[in-house]
Amino acid sequence: MSDWVEACAAGDIDEEDVMRFDHGGRTFAIYRSPDDDYFATDGLCTHEKVHLADGLVMDDIIECPKHNGRFNYKTGAARGAPVCVNLATYPVKVEAGKVLIQIG
Amino acid sequence: MQAGMVIIGAGECGGRAALTLRELAYDGPVTLVGDEPHLPYERPPLSKDAMVSDAPEIKAIASDAMLAERAIRHIHSVQAVAIDRTAHTVRLTDGSVLLYNKLLLATGSTPRRLPMPGLGSRCVYLRTFADALAIRQHLSAGNRVAIIGGGFIGLELAASARKLWAVVIVIEAQPRILMRGVPAEIAEIVHQAHEAEGVKILTGQGIISIADDGTEVCIALADGQEIVADLAVIGIGAVPVTGLAVEAGLTIDNGIAVDATLRTGDPDIFAAGDCCSFPLAVYAGRRVRLEAWRNAQEQGALAARNMLGAGEAHAAVPWFWSDQYGLSLQIAGLSDEGKSMVRRDLSDGAFILFHLAEDGRLVAASGIGPGNAVARDIRLAEMLIAKRVKPAPEALGSQDVKLKSLLAA
Repeated sequence: MSDWVEACAAGDIDEEDVMRFDHGGRTFAIYRSPDDDYFATDGLCTHEKVHLADGLVMDDIIECPKHNGRFNYKTGAARGAPVCVNLATYPVKVEAGKVLIQIG
Repeated sequence: MQAGMVIIGAGECGGRAALTLRELAYDGPVTLVGDEPHLPYERPPLSKDAMVSDAPEIKAIASDAMLAERAIRHIHSVQAVAIDRTAHTVRLTDGSVLLYNKLLLATGSTPRRLPMPGLGSRCVYLRTFADALAIRQHLSAGNRVAIIGGGFIGLELAASARKLWAVVIVIEAQPRILMRGVPAEIAEIVHQAHEAEGVKILTGQGIISIADDGTEVCIALADGQEIVADLAVIGIGAVPVTGLAVEAGLTIDNGIAVDATLRTGDPDIFAAGDCCSFPLAVYAGRRVRLEAWRNAQEQGALAARNMLGAGEAHAAVPWFWSDQYGLSLQIAGLSDEGKSMVRRDLSDGAFILFHLAEDGRLVAASGIGPGNAVARDIRLAEMLIAKRVKPAPEALGSQDVKLKSLLAA
């Protein structure tokens, strides 16, 4: 358990953007922040299970593409109606140009 | 009795207002009055997921526990009958009287009735969860459903009915579906999707008469056709619920008239959501009334802030979405403010039409595509509209130019 899994190449995601990553029957969202750090959260919004990777990243906020629920993707904290349940986050590291996430 | 915040209407708007009052640490009494027996719930699923489910459930905005924890008193299954503005009281149908410091009218809208004789128990409307349950029991394989009105509610319901293999016909009096607020190019995609799924759409068809014997509905059309159905659902728009405000002597102008801070002519009474008309700053104060979930949510929260004295003006850009089959449509802004259009093609057949005013200002964006293909760009368009920018049409039309880069400019 607690394996590091390769999600994508660092260059696959633009700065201030997000990408979907599916692994082991689960779906995740991988983020690259405007200051060039990488983050990972569960892939589905806690409101209606919509893929967050279709949403918009602005600074450290990901906004759900469907109903504009907002989360801080660095902490997973819910940041506005209609979402009230926080998003799970996962450790991320970049090694040799690859983005790795630790799936618990 | 201690005076507090009283909210009439326990839908998305009223529910959101109550929660926001507590988020802002207001510690006086908060009373939420609703005429339905349920907790405040989200209405958008009623024509979509809830309609297809075997056992539809409400999607509550707040649980009983959440309301209790926040000391929000929810009085259900009653209506407000009169406001006494001098005494600052509201009288309810159960005879009780509530004392208010500030009052919020979030009474919503109600389906526009078809002004025609002959409607019976098989001619129904969709607004509440109870309406949805009543419709749901008629949606089964082979059952004939006639939908009167090719607007969003009717079309979403048509898509849900097809998922349950009902035989569906949509009757629209206008020359095409989605006449109000949706560009013809996008309406055409929706029209084709419905036909591909087996829905019959009749446009430009006036209804001459309706006969409903309680088991079957017979609809006579202007061209002589007769449509026989097991159920007719009427979706021809909605009207604001203003009775209480009229009785109280508040100004009505296509809904309860409020200023940019959602305040009525009475400084202690606010109105928000479907029931009110308000000046929209982004369109030079044009007075509008919006029947949209996000507006209900935003205005509920804004009204709560202003009931506590924030004095904040509504500044949001209207936003709307609809799901039908695998397609999602999103619209930001008011497209009728536009004089010209620029098309931007996205992947998977998705596209966005940008609506530009005469002076080149971006005033609206309408998009359609599979899944959430248009969501991100529509959201960016919404921000561009709010900033009142005049983007180069070539930039809007080119996939190579990121919309986000226009925002920074």
